[in-house]
Amino acid sequence: MKIVILGCGRVGARLANMMDKLGHDVSVIDFSSDSLQRLSPDFQGTTFIGNGVDEDVLIRAGIREADAFAAVTNGDNRNIMASQIAKEIFKVKKVVCRIYDPIREETYRELGLETICPTIVGAQLIFEAITDKKQK
Amino acid sequence: MYIIIGGGGDIGYYLTKNLINHGHEVLLLEKGSSRYQTLSEELGPAVLRGDACEARTMEEVGANRADVVIAVTGDDEDNLVICQVAKKRFNVNRTIARLNNPKHSEIFYKLGIDVTVSPTKSILSLIEAELPSSRFVQLMTLKSAGLEIVEVRVPADSPVVGKALRDVNLPRSSNITLLIRDKEYIFPTAETQINSGDDIIALVSREGEDELRKAFGTME
Repeated sequence: MKIVILGCGRVGARLANMMDKLGHDVSVIDFSSDSLQRLSPDFQGTTFIGNGVDEDVLIRAGIREADAFAAVTNGDNRNIMASQIAKEIFKVKKVVCRIYDPIREETYRELGLETICPTIVGAQLIFEAITDKKQK
Repeated sequence: MYIIIGGGGDIGYYLTKNLINHGHEVLLLEKGSSRYQTLSEELGPAVLRGDACEARTMEEVGANRADVVIAVTGDDEDNLVICQVAKKRFNVNRTIARLNNPKHSEIFYKLGIDVTVSPTKSILSLIEAELPSSRFVQLMTLKSAGLEIVEVRVPADSPVVGKALRDVNLPRSSNITLLIRDKEYIFPTAETQINSGDDIIALVSREGEDELRKAFGTME
């Protein structure tokens, strides 16, 4: 499948490398060329430098043909806006949006975005490791 | 009215002062601490340090009783989230967002923001209107109706010069509302004759714009 990944931080780069290794068609967008260095040297996909809430940049990265879009920049609001553009304007089937702020995550999940909140997931895992029990 | 404004830049600051002078209850939220200090010396309790994107902050300032939320930060993604959170979590009736990138207007509209204002676009068209060579200027957009208010300066070689308005082939979705000739205004009738150099103020649908330009010979 074709996937567009916005944000090439630790998570974005790792995700891009994973998808690429499996033979998927991967496009990665980031503000800075430095971040794109995080990709593995044998990364086969394409990289784009630009602003992920700019439609033209998304089009160049192939959002029109994309089966999936992941927004994993370090800005919650940028992820939220880019995900909504992917979902509402370009009708990408699978859109995943990372949101650090749990309250904002809840709001946008209710609005129909598929969201992942690392704050909640991380705290839960650490809690389980310390207390040795699963608890909500 | 109770109005909450997010973002204490120049626009947020002057807007707050203005709306207070108009007798409204206004609260300005600014997240930067040094900017907040400056603003609070001027505005006193009308400014609060906080992030308008944060639902908790918005709850503390009573967003659920706000009549209007206005987002005027320098980042479009922040302005979008401020307005969406206000609408979704606090049922604010009217949300207004500043657009830094004029291209975002359609997206904001689709995502449910009531009104968008683009200073970049306004400044561009104001400057365009002042250039001596401009013949066709967009003065204003009536977004909900899909209409533009435009100003056309009739060129000397225009096919309409010397014609009465009734004989000009105008697009159906347009209306010539005003004519300005030698600094005097004329409310035109079907008999009004068009002269070279007249400034014509017209209402036109987006689809009719090109046709209107053609009719007046102002196609670039």
